[in-house]
Formats: sequence, C-alpha cells, structure tokens
Amino acid sequence: MGRVKNIARRSFLIGSAAILGGVAFGAWFVTRPTPNPLLDDLAEGEAALTPFVKITADGITLIVPRADVGQGIASTQAMLIAEELDIDPATVTLDPGQPHQAYFNGTVAADGLSFPGWDEGFVAETVRDLMMNVARLSGSQFTGGSSSTADLHETLRRAGATARETLKAAAAARTGVPRADLRTEDGHVVLPDETRIPYTELAAEAAGIEPVTDVPLRPASEWTRLGKPYQRLDIVAKSTGTQSYGIDVTLPGMLYAAVRANPGRGGGMASYSPDAALAMQGVRSVVEVDEGLAVIADNTWFAFKAAEALQVDWLPPDYPASSDAMWQALTDAHADEFQNSRLRDDGDVEAALSGAKVIEAEYRSPFLAHAALEPLNATVLVEDDAVTIWTATQVPHVVRDAAAEVTGIDAANVILHALPAGGSFGRRLDHDFVVQAIQIAASMPGTPIKTTWSREEDMTHDFPRPLHMSRGRGAVADGRVLACDLDSISPSLIASWFGRVFIVPPGPDAMLVWGAFDQPYAIPNYRVTGYAAPPLMPIGSWRSPGACSNSFFHESFLSELIHAAGADPLEERLRLIDHADSRRVLEAVGEMSNWSGADIGPGRGRGIAFAYTHGVPVAEVIDVTLTERGIRIDEVWIAADCGTVFDPVNAEAQLTGAAVYGLGHAMNCELTYDNHTVQQTNFDAFEGMRLRQTPKFHTRLLGQAEKVRGLGEPATAPAAPALADAIFAATGQRLREMPFNRSVDFA
Amino acid sequence: MDLTINGTIHTVNLPDDMPLLWALRDGLNITSVKYGCGIAQCGACTVHIDGEAVRSCQVALGDVWGEIKTIEALGTPDALHAIQRAWIDHQVAQCGYCQSGQIMQAADLLSRNPEPSDDDIDAAMSGNLCRCGTYPRIRAAVHAAASAMREA
Ligand code: FES
Ligand code: FES
Repeated sequence: MGRVKNIARRSFLIGSAAILGGVAFGAWFVTRPTPNPLLDDLAEGEAALTPFVKITADGITLIVPRADVGQGIASTQAMLIAEELDIDPATVTLDPGQPHQAYFNGTVAADGLSFPGWDEGFVAETVRDLMMNVARLSGSQFTGGSSSTADLHETLRRAGATARETLKAAAAARTGVPRADLRTEDGHVVLPDETRIPYTELAAEAAGIEPVTDVPLRPASEWTRLGKPYQRLDIVAKSTGTQSYGIDVTLPGMLYAAVRANPGRGGGMASYSPDAALAMQGVRSVVEVDEGLAVIADNTWFAFKAAEALQVDWLPPDYPASSDAMWQALTDAHADEFQNSRLRDDGDVEAALSGAKVIEAEYRSPFLAHAALEPLNATVLVEDDAVTIWTATQVPHVVRDAAAEVTGIDAANVILHALPAGGSFGRRLDHDFVVQAIQIAASMPGTPIKTTWSREEDMTHDFPRPLHMSRGRGAVADGRVLACDLDSISPSLIASWFGRVFIVPPGPDAMLVWGAFDQPYAIPNYRVTGYAAPPLMPIGSWRSPGACSNSFFHESFLSELIHAAGADPLEERLRLIDHADSRRVLEAVGEMSNWSGADIGPGRGRGIAFAYTHGVPVAEVIDVTLTERGIRIDEVWIAADCGTVFDPVNAEAQLTGAAVYGLGHAMNCELTYDNHTVQQTNFDAFEGMRLRQTPKFHTRLLGQAEKVRGLGEPATAPAAPALADAIFAATGQRLREMPFNRSVDFA
Repeated sequence: MDLTINGTIHTVNLPDDMPLLWALRDGLNITSVKYGCGIAQCGACTVHIDGEAVRSCQVALGDVWGEIKTIEALGTPDALHAIQRAWIDHQVAQCGYCQSGQIMQAADLLSRNPEPSDDDIDAAMSGNLCRCGTYPRIRAAVHAAASAMREA
C-alpha cells in the first residue's frame, strides 16, 4: 500500500471483539462449527446435509437466508449452491429459513471497523477475523452493507459441494461403486454405466451418513452457471404480477390494521379519543402501540380512514422543532468537544496550510427517506403459545427476539415467514413496524392481522438518512493537491441504529466518516475528522450509509482543489490514488467515456467522481446539457471492480439502479421539518428520478480485484458528486448543498 | 355492485367512495394491483378500464365506468404477453413492486402507438415511479415489446 498506510489505528470494536472472541469463550467455542438448524425438525427419510440444503423424497429445498429486497440475492444464493450441487435452481424450492446462528453475517461486522477495505495489513485482517467470530457467536443474521455475496459465496458453494459428495457417498454405499467413480448431473448421481439415481431417492440414505466436508471447490474455469448471464429466479413472477409481497399476504379470517403514530418521533400521547374512529364503518377496535395508536378494521381502506379520524393530543419529542434549528445544532457540533474520530492523519496538515492560500468550502446533505415503493407492513398471528409473522426484514433474528419480548412467548415458538421486499434501501434494518404489528395482533389473539402503513406514515416515520455537513480546508501547489483537511459532522448512526437493534459499541463511529477517511488517495497532507453531533432524532442506514453524504463532500472538495490547481480531474486523481484496483476503475472510466477533460462544448459539462465503499472502487463520469427546461443528464459511465462477478446481468442492474437512486435524491429529494414533523409525506414532494430524466448508462465490471464484494450500494455514493462536478463544468456554479434543485432546475 | 374484471363479473359489497385499488386488493384479493402512494404519484396501482390505463387509487368504486383489466388479463407465467416476455428477456425487475403498473402502462402506450420513440416512451411512462431505478431496462423492454408486437 505504500504511502496511504498511515491510518490511525483506533477501532470502536476491538475491545469487545477481543473479549468475546479470544478470552471469554476460548478458542474452542469460536472455532467449533455452528449447529445445523435443519436437523431439529427433520422427518424420517429427510436429509439436511448442511444448513443450506435439505433433501426429501419429494424435492430439494435450498435455504437462502439473506433477504431479497430487490437486489436479487435470493437467486445469487441459489445459484452459488447449485453450481456445486449440480441442480437446476429453477426446479427446487427456495426458503429463507428461520433465523439462526448458522446464518450469521461476519462480513458486515468486519466491515464496520475503522480500517479501510483496501488495508490488508496484519492488524486489519486480525481484527476482521475477530469480528467475524463476534458475529458468529451472536448469531447476527443481517442482510446489509452489500455484504451478502462477499460473506456467503464460499459458504454456499461449500454447502453445495458437501451435499453433492454426501449424496455420492450414499450412492456409493448403495451400489458398491466407489465415490470417486461417480459423477453428478442435474439432480442425479450418475453411475459409470450411466444409471441415474435422483438425489431425492438418496435422501434417506444420505441422512444416515456423516456429511463429506473435505471437498475442494470447483475452479471458475469449470463453472457452468456462475459468471454467465442467467435469469433471476423471480423474474417471471415479477413480470406477471404473481410475485407475492408482505403487503399481499391474505389469510382466512384476517383483519387489517393501520397505524397513526406521533409525527414527532418519540414524543408520546397526552391523551386521545378513539370515539370518532370507532364510529366509522368496518372498524373493530383501536389499540395503543409503540409511538401511537392503531385501528383494526375489515379492510385496509377502512383502517386508513379511521386512523386519520383518531383524535390525539401528541406530546412534543425531544429533538429540535425545525430544520433550521437542526442545522444550527449540527453547526454548533463543529467543536472540539464533539470530535469523535480522526481516522486519517497523514503528513502535517496544519503546517501545509499555514502560509498557503487556503481554499475553504462547506457542504450539506439533507435528511432523506428510504421510501421503498412497498409501504412497510407485517402480518402477525398471536396464539396461546406461538407467534407467526409474515414480513420482509433484513434482521430476522431481531424480529424473532422482539416477538418473544412483546408477547412473552418463547423465541423458539416464533415462526417467521420472511418474504421478498418491495424495496428497502436500508429501512428494513429496523423492525419498528413489525413490533407494532405484533402489538396489534396480540390485542386479538387467534386472529391474523395485516398491518399496513400508509405512504404518509411510511415517510413520516422513517429512520431517515441523517443531516450531514462538512467543512473542508485545503491548499494546492505547483499544479497539484498539497493538503486536504475535511471535517465531517453528523449525528452518530452507529449510536442510533445499534442502540435500537443491539447495543451501542464503545469508541469512535467509523460510519460517520465512511466515504471520507477510507479513500485510497495519497494526498501528502491529508486529514479526516469526524464530529458526532447530538442525536437530533432516530436515524437509519440509507443505501451506502455515511458514504452517501461523505463521498459528495470529499469528492466535491477534491474537485475544487484540483480545479484550483489547474489540473485535470481524472489525471490528478490517478496521480493521487495509490491502490491498484482503484486506479484501474479510474482508467477504465476514462477510456469508456473518451475522457479528454471536463469541457465538452458550450452548454454542456462533464464531471467525474470516485468512491471506495463496501470494498468496491467505483468511478463515474457524467455528461450534462443545459436545456431550456433545465439541466439534463445525458450519459453516465460507471466502472467498478467487485472481484469475481457471479451474476453479470443483475450486477449491471445494481450499478445502474444504485446510480439512479443516488442521482434522483441528489436532484430533488430532502426531508425538512417544521413543528417536529416531516414536511414531505408522499412522492409529490419526494420524487426522485423519473424515466424521462434517466440518462443512458454504460457500465463495466473489471473482475480483477482479489476479494469478492457486493454491489447493492457502491455505485450510489459517487453519483451525486459526479453530477455536481458536471454541473460545475457546464455552468461554473459549484453546488455544495443537496438536493441540487435548491439551486438549479432539472429538465 | 357488479364489476367486470378480466372478463368475469364480481359482486362487491363495499362503499361507493372506496378506491377501486382497495376493492381489488382487499375486497377481491387481486393483489397484483399495488398500493404505492394513494395520490396518483407512483403508478403502482395502474389497471385498465375499457382499455385505458388508469390509477386505481383515484377511481372511486361508484365511478367505475367500464370493464377492468389487471395484469392477469395480459398474460400469465404459462402464456406470456409480448410485453411480459420483453420484461423477462431484459430482466427489468429488481424488487418488482412497481412492475405490474409499469407493464400495464406500457400496454396502454403500445395499444395506441405501436412504434413509440424514446420521447413517446418518456411521455407515457414517466408517471410510473421505480424506486429501484429500473428505467434503462424499461425503455429497452418497451422498444423490444413494440417490435415483437409489430412482427406478430
Ligand atoms: S398508488 Fe395509485 S398512483 Fe400510487
Ligand atoms: S423494481 Fe422496485 S420499484 Fe421498480
């Protein structure tokens, strides 16, 4: 890594990792295999050869524990198993399984550390290993942080290989033919004489033998499915209206509920009257839930109308009442006593700036809603000794435990039907809506109740991306960037979110400065300081948390410095970057877009940005044109490297989808507050990108990075700064505050 | 009240002012029609009435003026419509939640304009939000469906 190694070694979790991983439980506890949950309720003649593969006489089931929120991970998981198991995944059952320690996510825990992903030094790798074990021991089954493919690609291929070889062993025992002489094909073990035995027929025998685990994985050169274009397994259902989501769950005798919570999150109720609501058609009851009230009715529409009719005297929450007051609180937090981290401190920034002509700038990024198109919902049936839940969640283990806590029913008797989500973007890392649905259903034991949030409820009660601001100071010399000192100020997402789903870890919050401290630039004098502002309000992870704001600050400020230096935005970035994978994506995007500078003619402009997030370097180039109706985004080039690409058609969709998400919100979305209340309650005031505004995309995945990483988020972060840079090139106006439609019009 | 949906008459006993969206979803369990905003901003609830794309969240049950078609009437997994075929070939869907509405909107466009330009597609499809950002593939799939339908 050469020059960029000098990252301050402080981590918020090293302490707890060392205790949990190395001392308290001892090495044996950490390294012993996690139990296989499928073994618990197997019937006679059924085999659960690994936690991910179950075979019965009737068929094959693959357990795909990471939640599919649109990113296609259900298919990818199945494909990874299928490659080694030699089955057609379209012919088997996919089941997300029940929450279990066996499905822990180690990668997302390791990524939360204060080491940049490109740091592969001994300390970083050792602490990552410790974190993996913390995750394993705690059974944290998160889907998030673009971690699913990175975390599971070996595990799932191993599961497929183990199952295959165990089935071969069963066939060998039955036929007397040595296992080495058997092969497998399309769900069958094939004997040397071409006799074919279906896996399903071998289930009972395979269940009786010790799984064969010592199996090498097939090299990529032998893959028949992975790495080749294939259809997502849900694509037909999603193109014919036959995909069922949580909001579509329908059960016999089911009732419907709507929620009306305090628009000031966390404020309570002084008093309320249910009378007007109870008098309305089809209303069964009004119940108290976390943060407010719910109406149970004969259909969703009746419930929505009655929820609106509830008369409630809300108490104010403890956060500032208006956006202005919140920005003031953030500005006030740019002070020594709020300093939370300094995870990058190279050279001597103060010395470099003293005597130099200092360039300064301030940037702002607003609160944003996740606003998945499917409004949040959950269906719950509470019975005497069991809770059954139908919902989409990124934290199934948290949902299970919450159900046990709310109802007093043993967690072992909580059954979770984890469903595909109509989007999430990080929102389903929280489970507040499920808790409400459980409380509602607990008021009417024996009756399944589907709770659906209205769009207005969904927007008003998000855990939004936090307000974030940054101040940069820098200097240039001899046509080069000499110094960059970036302060990043925001409430702590780690403190807020971890506090809701786990425990708040001690130490600095690396996420607050993700997308800034961890960029692989070797600027000679380079410092990134995080300031944790007071909480303001509960906040959440929004596609590419931390980096979705910091990358805008960091890349925009770098662009300003490069401009002041009179250097070329691509050339100077290439000169500063000291990481081979990152350099390659910048070179690739330059080649793809025929880069020859930001000037592409009158009335037009070209911008560039780079970000390293979730272990993936991404470079984006954007062209814009000034039209009579406003700025039009013409074309976008994206180059990225996530290592081996298993699912190329979907990978491209993740790149373009993430860029559309980043661009649309940068163009025209923000949540503002007045009287403690969100002002934007539906898509009329929170539009994002529309089809007519969508540019042409060109993408390239280099496939050269050594580590396999995920793509759900990485293309989001560089989109906003690349657009701002293009607008600067076209207009001379440097946009330092999102959304950009505060300053310019878009066509 | 009687509604003709996909060629079948259904009797519903629901108030006149209830949006068609909720009558279809909760009253008749036709859940391919999605709720996204309730205020005509997203298009997830798009169905056809007498062949024209409408936002079912905006049509009161008492005002339904003709025969309703939902995506099931267009095609099914075993008998795909050319538009659905194109949507599959281009692997448009991510979460898929918006796509019934997108496809019904595209069907309306292609029934009136068998060879739409990019501008025509922009004009017809921009009322349908896709939070996953599948727009580039929607554009490509509409063109592909148009040419498949012209050749058929
Ligand atoms: S639900 Fe009808 S347009 Fe959004
Ligand atoms: S595919 Fe998710 S909203 Fe369109």
